[in-house]
Amino acid sequence: MDKDDTLQQALAAQAAPDAMLGAMNGTMTGAQMVIQALRDQGVTHIFGYPGGAVLPIYDALFQVEGITHVLVRHEQGAVHAAEGYARSTGKPGVVLVTSGPGATNAVTGLTDALMDSIPLVVLTGQVPSHLIGTDAFQECDTVGITRPCTKHNWLVKHVGDLSRVLHEAFQIATTGRPGPVVVDIPKDVQFQTGSYIGPQAVHHRTYKPKTDPDLGAIVRAVEMMAAAKKPVFYTGGGIINSGPEASALLRELVDLTGFPVTSTLMGLGAFPAARPEWLGMLGMHGTWEANHAMHDCDLMICLGARFDDRVTGLVKKFSPDSKKIHLDIDASQINKIVRVDLPIVADATKALREMVRFWKAQKHKVDAPALKEWWQQIDHWRTKKSLGYRNSETIIKPQYAIDRLYALTKHRDVYVTTEVGQHQMWAAQRFHFQEPNRWMTSGGLGTMGYGLPAALGVQMAHPDALVIDIAGEASIQMCMQEMSTALQYDLPVKIFILNNEYMGMVRQWQELLHGKRYSHSYSEALPDFVKLADAFGCVGLRADKPSELDDKIQEMISVRRPVLFDCRVDPTENCYPMIPSGAAHNDMILSPDDGGEISDAGKMLV
Amino acid sequence: MTMHDTKIKLSDETERHTLTVLVDNEAGVLARVVGLFSGRGYNIESLTVAEVDPMARTSRITIVTSGTPDVIEQIEAQLRRLVPTHKVTNWTSADTGIEREMALVKVSGTGEKRVEALRMADAFRARPVDTTHSSFVFEITGSPHKIDSFVDLMRPLGLVDVSRTGVAAISRGPEAM
Ligand SMILES: Cc1ncc(C[n+]2csc(CCOP(=O)(O)OP(=O)(O)O)c2C)c(N)n1
Ligand SMILES: [Mg+2]
Repeated sequence: MDKDDTLQQALAAQAAPDAMLGAMNGTMTGAQMVIQALRDQGVTHIFGYPGGAVLPIYDALFQVEGITHVLVRHEQGAVHAAEGYARSTGKPGVVLVTSGPGATNAVTGLTDALMDSIPLVVLTGQVPSHLIGTDAFQECDTVGITRPCTKHNWLVKHVGDLSRVLHEAFQIATTGRPGPVVVDIPKDVQFQTGSYIGPQAVHHRTYKPKTDPDLGAIVRAVEMMAAAKKPVFYTGGGIINSGPEASALLRELVDLTGFPVTSTLMGLGAFPAARPEWLGMLGMHGTWEANHAMHDCDLMICLGARFDDRVTGLVKKFSPDSKKIHLDIDASQINKIVRVDLPIVADATKALREMVRFWKAQKHKVDAPALKEWWQQIDHWRTKKSLGYRNSETIIKPQYAIDRLYALTKHRDVYVTTEVGQHQMWAAQRFHFQEPNRWMTSGGLGTMGYGLPAALGVQMAHPDALVIDIAGEASIQMCMQEMSTALQYDLPVKIFILNNEYMGMVRQWQELLHGKRYSHSYSEALPDFVKLADAFGCVGLRADKPSELDDKIQEMISVRRPVLFDCRVDPTENCYPMIPSGAAHNDMILSPDDGGEISDAGKMLV
Repeated sequence: MTMHDTKIKLSDETERHTLTVLVDNEAGVLARVVGLFSGRGYNIESLTVAEVDPMARTSRITIVTSGTPDVIEQIEAQLRRLVPTHKVTNWTSADTGIEREMALVKVSGTGEKRVEALRMADAFRARPVDTTHSSFVFEITGSPHKIDSFVDLMRPLGLVDVSRTGVAAISRGPEAM
């Protein structure tokens, strides 16, 4: 075990009564404060992994009820699980890991959560204060390492600061633009006693995010909408993060205006895919109609999205003739990539509520004839059927597999996570979401290995739901060890692997950009996934032929245990449509025969 | 002297701006600011930091940076987004600031050059703060531009060493920043 000389303090702490737990204010150890703060913040689940520098907190955890700890198999898994939990519930995800390797293993998940604006509170143990800076066993500069990958972080040097910092951590993680925070707690601080203060007593000195919209901007926005001839709503993860009411208000705004809606990868589900106004996802693998509507529109209403390079394509040619309204809770997103005509810095729910209210109160009407023409144009684009593919009798096409998975699960209470690659894009294109918080994917960071642990977090929060990780055979091997966690906590997640024996997305780029030189993208020496499932105590299934797919999917759904489904699909299939890097929205390719010469400048991009 | 000295068009698109960030003086706050600049690829031409109100635990960081107007706008927004930030002011855009820098400039030489150095120093109101038979250390205060000019003039006269503080800035008139 880790060497430290805090035994004296440990003994003292053990002698102290821990009846203090449960009291709102009082004297307790740092470790007890952590547990008390979690309770006061309404935390019911934490994801973690123990080690020397967090033993006092684990000890305090051992002695309380009401907080379920999920023991993962790798700290990266803990963070992704907390992300899945957060994204499917709207509550912050909480993680507890040890110092040194525990903290460094959490870094990928922290960066992932920062990029996708997911609220997380990550507690890390640290070596005792007097050893900080001495290269002590399992010491690392956790606040230094995590500073650029958190919204904020703290090293707590005095027990007297601990409860305040913990409550600030929750406030900062969950308000404004949400994000991950780290609280690094030296072991001696966990043993020391001090007085605990509750969340009500904490008011941050500088952090006061602006959430109320400027009403002048709202008035202008609805006027611009009423005057628009070719409008489009471009919605993003901000609508999901703002809470379900934002999705409801978006629907109401579309009821009032009849404008078309597209969404980023992060925003899927905010607007129902079943509605006629839905154009599908936009961007690099978005639909023909969504990208052309973005290119040709005269008014773009961007709600909670950030003009990511996966969305804009070539910025110079991005929607050249439109006026742009940009609603974002984070002022730094305004004019970052694309200059906009009307910024609205506010929480999406509040801004949308005002937009609906002003639209109604001022009795605005859309330009109906213009809108009719616009819809005719959109319907014309739709005839391209850009998500089409040629099916096969003999080999399972990955698109077909997703279509069947969707058809056989859509009437259920279903949540989908993904890994990263072609399968992720096919899932985004073809698994049609009707509600927010049902779709958990690593968008900003594109983290292979995200999907399985995220699914565990989702299942933990929704024990009776059907939770599916749509995976690739390469990605799934990155956090595969979490199958063991699934078994331990009886989490019946379904890992649906589109096994194309390739890092398909890498292979696709090599095909298009590097003369079909498939350098190290073949998934060689794959495990036998069915046997692997068995070894983990889970259920393994395999489908090789289209004819057996439905039955196997049904079997997967009906067993109430974790399932690893090896769906053997066509290894050569590519994901289309595609805007090649460096091209504009109206410069998409629909199939390999589409030419798609990629410029040298395009090859430089990722 | 106003900001006009420092709002130098460095190229067609790039401008130099002076920003002040008032922050809570908590551990690591300077690393946050500096990390933001390095992480996002922004320039720092000079940076000055000190606690200005021990009671309120606030520190004032003044940064001279350069970039296109879009980048400058982003830098301000990113600084405002940092949790410990109280306030961000761009003196160059606001055009209401006074900026000063102090430098210590060491010149060594004898004879005619030494006399010339002292004459120049006098013209720039630079004050000798250390004198030997063969050297001077001058203390000079003014705009960064003025210090640049002084240093350039000292170069052929035996310039040995320069230590500059970076810019401190404050607003004109009765109000705080
Ligand atoms: C951690 C990590 N490493 C590397 C990559 C780069 N990358 C993106 S997609 C991909 C291939 C994924 O292969 P697979 O999981 O089989 O999915 P497929 O594309 O075949 O559906 C790789 C290596 C990444 N996104 N994440
Ligand atoms: Mg694959």
